[in-house]
Amino acid sequence: MDNAEDGEKFKKTVFVTVGTTCFDALVRAVDTKEVQEELLRRGYTHLFIQMGRGTHTPTKSVGGDGTLSVEYFTFSSSIADYLRSASLVISHAGSGSIFETLRLGKPLIVVVNEDLMDNHQSELAEELADRKHLYCAGPQTLRQTIASMDLDSLLPYHPGDATPVVKHINRFLGFPDD
Amino acid sequence: MDEGKGCFSSCMASNLTATVVLIITVTVILIRVSYVIYWTGKPVRRTCRKSLSTLVVLGSGGHTAEMLNLLMVLQKDRFTPRFYIAAATDNMSLQKSRVFESSLDDTTGKHGVAMQFVQIYRSREVGQSYITSVWTTLIAMAHALWLMIKTRPQVLLCNGPGTCIPLCIIAFVFKVVGIRWSYIFYVESIARVRRLSLSGLILYKLCIADELFVQWPQLQKKYPRARYVGCLM
Repeated sequence: MDNAEDGEKFKKTVFVTVGTTCFDALVRAVDTKEVQEELLRRGYTHLFIQMGRGTHTPTKSVGGDGTLSVEYFTFSSSIADYLRSASLVISHAGSGSIFETLRLGKPLIVVVNEDLMDNHQSELAEELADRKHLYCAGPQTLRQTIASMDLDSLLPYHPGDATPVVKHINRFLGFPDD
Repeated sequence: MDEGKGCFSSCMASNLTATVVLIITVTVILIRVSYVIYWTGKPVRRTCRKSLSTLVVLGSGGHTAEMLNLLMVLQKDRFTPRFYIAAATDNMSLQKSRVFESSLDDTTGKHGVAMQFVQIYRSREVGQSYITSVWTTLIAMAHALWLMIKTRPQVLLCNGPGTCIPLCIIAFVFKVVGIRWSYIFYVESIARVRRLSLSGLILYKLCIADELFVQWPQLQKKYPRARYVGCLM
């Protein structure tokens, strides 16, 4: 999955995204020394944090000298570019972010927001984790997940399509089959 | 005395007439509602050769992405004209559907078909109190009714969240009253793996949707009348 980074061996980027939500627990988690050390240990060099509407501002760092380079921003119109250049994506559980990352074939850890009342979003992340398309964690368990993950064991996700739905709708309405 | 008696009996008579009229009306409505429910979910027998006006209800974020995936595959000449509705607080979805429609124009060169993009008031925003939401629900219903009267679609395509519920209920009422017969298709979001969303559950339980599609096999097991169609994303 990491073929894209072969040309740039020394730069391995982690991209953290919370989408349009406010998910301080995740931003705080990746802002901790423990998580950043674990990322360094796994060979990552750069950390980009898209913090959305959150209020917790992470500590910036230029990196080098055995530390991680850390940068953050609230929103960006070029999320797709960040995803494309990332070697690992850590994302909130929104279906948009999940499938955009999976379509790009990037290793993904989905962090479930445990503070949400109606937390149906964890359903999707857990199902896809059961099917080995991604890793699923909570803000508290993120470090262990990074430490224990085996990216080679992840299976590529084959995107589905709406052809069966459209076929059923056409048949229901009495449109002739193509 | 006699006059009083006469008035009394005429009051009785008019009361009786009112009751009879009421009973007949309720019976007729009930028969009509059961007729509509009976035919809801029954596929059309005859071959359809003309295009159907279609209302596309856009959710937000992930919902809109799924709907656009569906529209990509849909035979555009059969489902035309198309009306797009999105929540008033959601600026992105209509923008995306506009981009989608204009990309069609570029490839097929079909101009002159009126596409409409409308925003609708939401009955309840996330975190809004229940007391004020009574008032906003009323406004949202009135607005939905107005839009439905204007568009009178033959096909409704929706995939949640709540925005589509008033529109689907009005479409159902239109069927009962005889204003417009329509077909309602609901695609449950891919994010729902184990339980239907509230919107999906309402349409399922009230038998309003002609077809309710789910994207995970577990859901189909739990709700047997739903149809499993695999993932849209």
